Amino acid sequence: MIGYYVKRLLSALFTLFLIATLTFFMMRAIPGGPFTREKPLPPQIIAQLNAKYNLDDPVIVQYFSYMKGIATFDLGPSFKELGLTVNDLIKQGFPGSMKVGFVAVMFILLFGIPLGIISALKQNKAIDHVVMVMATIGVTVPSFVVATLYIYFISSKISWIPITGLSNPLAYIGPAIALSGYSLSYVARLTRSSMLEVLRQDYVRTARANGLSEWRVIGKHALKNALIPVITYVGPMIAAILTGSFVVERIFSINGIGRYFVESVNNRDYTVIIGMTVFYSALYIVMVLLVDIGYSLIDPRIKLGKRSGD
Amino acid sequence: MSKILEVKNLRTTFFTHLGEVQAVRGISFDLDEGGILGIVGESGSGKSVTSLSIMGLVDDPGRIVEGEILFEGTDLTKLDQREMTKFRGNEISMIFQDPMTSINPAFTVGNQLREVIMAHSDLNKEQAHERALELLRMVGIPDPESRIKNYPYQFSGGMRQRALIAMAIANNPKLLIADEPTTALDVTIQAQILELMRDLKDKIQSSIILITHDLGVISEICDKVIVMYGGMIMEKADINSLFANPQHPYTRGLLLSIPTNVTGKKKRLVPIEGSPPDLMDPPSGCPFSPRCPHAMEICLKKAAPLFKISETQEASCWLHHKDAPEVKGFVKVEGDLS
Repeated sequence: MIGYYVKRLLSALFTLFLIATLTFFMMRAIPGGPFTREKPLPPQIIAQLNAKYNLDDPVIVQYFSYMKGIATFDLGPSFKELGLTVNDLIKQGFPGSMKVGFVAVMFILLFGIPLGIISALKQNKAIDHVVMVMATIGVTVPSFVVATLYIYFISSKISWIPITGLSNPLAYIGPAIALSGYSLSYVARLTRSSMLEVLRQDYVRTARANGLSEWRVIGKHALKNALIPVITYVGPMIAAILTGSFVVERIFSINGIGRYFVESVNNRDYTVIIGMTVFYSALYIVMVLLVDIGYSLIDPRIKLGKRSGD
Repeated sequence: MSKILEVKNLRTTFFTHLGEVQAVRGISFDLDEGGILGIVGESGSGKSVTSLSIMGLVDDPGRIVEGEILFEGTDLTKLDQREMTKFRGNEISMIFQDPMTSINPAFTVGNQLREVIMAHSDLNKEQAHERALELLRMVGIPDPESRIKNYPYQFSGGMRQRALIAMAIANNPKLLIADEPTTALDVTIQAQILELMRDLKDKIQSSIILITHDLGVISEICDKVIVMYGGMIMEKADINSLFANPQHPYTRGLLLSIPTNVTGKKKRLVPIEGSPPDLMDPPSGCPFSPRCPHAMEICLKKAAPLFKISETQEASCWLHHKDAPEVKGFVKVEGDLS
């Protein structure tokens, strides 16, 4: 078992190494650089800046010195945010994104899964239709529309709900709704279809024939088997949501890391781009590992670290 | 002998988008306490729907539209699902056809057994565990102390069916319904499971309804038989009368189509020509009339009542009417012509 986790860790490190390498060279392949401006800077200044950040070295030399930094968890200085390192940006921004993201994930799990179950149990009844129409809307309406509507109709009308920032707990509601809308709807749909599939299984009929209460039949026998596809989706989704959203953090003036994913590319802020990519990938890899552990808890036939048939 | 179960004029219909499928069309039968009743018929004859109706497990869009199911005098059709859970798994249990899919893969055998035991008794977890071990021993699972911790995927098909039987008898049910319990198993295991059921019946003193399409299985363990076709009862008889003296052309057809195993003799199987009726639009008369070699005009128009041939045998065929033409082997009886 420990051997399995060591193997997973090594493969995770190798994956991260590949991602960093690919991102590094792909960014360098894009025309322009961190100091390209609409009104070009004087060549002497660019030369000086390039010298300061070692951008005048051959690319391969830059690559090795950058990888050396990454190996010691030093993601390098930002070219745009003067005086700050990429580590600083993550340290400052991630808590905000993570807190909002955490609330959004809670919304998704606490509402998405039960709504899906109710929909499945009341298949083709009114409540099922209502939930599914809402879910379709939730999937299709973009988060900036949801955020704007929320501000216009709710937080600007109710004085004790802050419009922007994260000054009190109620302030989390708006950004969490905007952030969770798509995934919540998707999870509801996924839970519904998976549940419908499981409810047709013979063992659900056996559970009923054994005189178990409907609560146990659904909540124990059906749900545990229905959750596998949901977990598959939710794991990577959590990584995406915890790393914030450019749009939502902009609208609600939240100090998060979501914006760096967009701005760093426009700015050719090489170190921030690679840093964000590696950070997100690491989170993603952790979530995928958690999903695999979740599988092994739900389905006894899945044993981590063993070949099937052992 | 008192009756444990009386089914009166049961009708179960599925209301599908394409129309009404009349799976069970007004059947009546009863079961003596301690008896083993076989229900035999081909696929689509309504035997499984009959058993699900008794259990109250007919799924949407199916519904019991008429009739009574009296279990020790209580009409089960009048109970709601919550009240039914007190009977299911407790007074009445069911064993299903496919042990590979009928047991939940996500929980250990012990967990599922304990759950059934605790749902219908006041035993605590340790006592339920002891009872579960005892049940596994009863159904012949070797080394129950370690097997109880296994997941179903670690069990073979025969062992899963044994585990499912253990669940079904966990609370000493008065009525055990087995819906083709051996169909999905290979022949040697089939014999073992039948042997086990016969064995258990005496131990827990329950009555059994055994549903099958296999007359061989019926002959081995049942004392009475119902032959179903097209959602109706064609013949009711005790086991000896049925095999020695079948009184319905369909029963005869079934018996003729069993391969016999007489050494040296080459005998052709006689199939029943034609195919089963469309239950969406069943024939207005006897459901078997389109395939019956003796069909008369009245057979196409009106289904025959059950003519009482003897104390232990009834058949729903017009050939038993006093005005019917003579056919060898069919007994004429006085019957009410309703």
